[in-house]
Amino acid sequence: MLQGHQTWVFESKPVIISSAAIGGPFEAQGNLAKDFDLLHGDIWLGQDSYEQAEKKFLEQACETAIKKAGLKKEDIQFFLSGDLINQIIPSSFTARTLAVPFLGIYGACSSSMEGLSFASLLVDSGFAKNALVGTSSHNAACEKQYRYPTEYGAQKPPTAQWTVTGAGAAVVAKQGEGPHVVASTIGRVIDMGLSDPFNMGAAMAPAAVDTIEAHFRDLNIRPSHYDLIATGDLGKIGHRIARFTYKAWTRHPDREIDRLRHFNVQRRPTGLRRSQWLCLCCYNYLRASFKSYAKRGTKANFSHSHRCLALPHVLPAKGNHTLHCPCSINRNVKQEADVWKSLFWHLSLVDLYV
Amino acid sequence: MSSIKRKNLTPLQQQYQDFARAREPQRPILANCIRAFIGGGIICTIGQGIQWFFITYFNFDEKTAGDPTVAVLIMISVLLTSFGVYDHIAQWAGAGSAVPVTGFANTIASASLDHKSEGFVLGVGGNMFKIAGPVIVFGVFSAFVVAIISVIIKSLGGV
Repeated sequence: MLQGHQTWVFESKPVIISSAAIGGPFEAQGNLAKDFDLLHGDIWLGQDSYEQAEKKFLEQACETAIKKAGLKKEDIQFFLSGDLINQIIPSSFTARTLAVPFLGIYGACSSSMEGLSFASLLVDSGFAKNALVGTSSHNAACEKQYRYPTEYGAQKPPTAQWTVTGAGAAVVAKQGEGPHVVASTIGRVIDMGLSDPFNMGAAMAPAAVDTIEAHFRDLNIRPSHYDLIATGDLGKIGHRIARFTYKAWTRHPDREIDRLRHFNVQRRPTGLRRSQWLCLCCYNYLRASFKSYAKRGTKANFSHSHRCLALPHVLPAKGNHTLHCPCSINRNVKQEADVWKSLFWHLSLVDLYV
Repeated sequence: MSSIKRKNLTPLQQQYQDFARAREPQRPILANCIRAFIGGGIICTIGQGIQWFFITYFNFDEKTAGDPTVAVLIMISVLLTSFGVYDHIAQWAGAGSAVPVTGFANTIASASLDHKSEGFVLGVGGNMFKIAGPVIVFGVFSAFVVAIISVIIKSLGGV
């Protein structure tokens, strides 16, 4: 049901009954390594191209998620997936392998939460008993397609981000064990005219702030309603800018803004200096880390902010958590293929309840 | 250029960009310059060494030794690219490794490797000059313009 301007409230509270995350070698060295179901040491995965490797990542994530839910792939009613490759090829080929009715989505970095929102909508509305959502990205494939691989020899600025090599999938169902999806806020595209593809954090931050604020406005709650507001995609710098923007644009007290946390799945690889990593959210990374977060939650003191970049696994056992994964990045089609005129971002936000 | 770009922005966009810029790390320009100097200097010293080698041990003079020196540098650079070493050097040295001929060789080799999975003709052949192409285009064009200017000056009785 629509509440306020742009927020869906799911009355039946669909459940994420299982999730899976598959990562690559850099993710294996990262802070959230133990929350992945499977980590690969080779970004090729024995395939002939990076695109095929990405497909493999997504297939494995979907298989694992279905298996963990105790289902068979025939039991899955709909499959929603998106990724960053042209014509969302990895998703389409995974859908071929799964042979499940498929809805392809594209929201760039918001794909994961967009998929989760749609899946929850399907389940909540009664149009499906369950739905599988997935998303994937592959660093090398992304760099090749729309960025500038480090191998080409250009020095990356300190604000450059790193796309995750990995995939995530989750099964959303009407009933079961797991986090409930309570509400979802669909963000607007906010274009602040930033045109540097190496500075996505700053490009995404205003959309993040706008959507988070819209969520609070629509649901008539305050940031303190949540124990944690997780961002991953913004990167360290984007997160910092988002916090400052949030502070400047709203009048929430600091301790409430401190709930805005940053999740980082990677540590920096060699060859790049002080770069920030683009965390394309893997669902498991949501779920598993929240689970472990819940376990360790009692030990952590939540009221004072500690470096959120490090370990995000801190969440009290009960409460609401907002997760968001921005963001979308659209090339201005009027411009020549390789010129980034400006970066637009939007974001979907999903309210989870454990 | 940047002032034209800025004019097209709304006041809010400008305000946000200033706000964001104040909160993000800047490129360490001085450190990058020093690194570029050291990195580029080392590459050029190696080149000088190779040239000296050709002059001393082979039948080359200072003018003719240039070509084999460049060829050797290109081969070394392509090997380093193929073994995945050059990108680490490039991230450290920046312009120091991008400007010499080794950087040029690296862009061609890495682009070819990158697109190998798309096939040899349309993949490697079509994308080999993805980065190097503009350099060649503008290099040839500027050489052409300079040549025309030089011909005109000469025909007018200049130097």
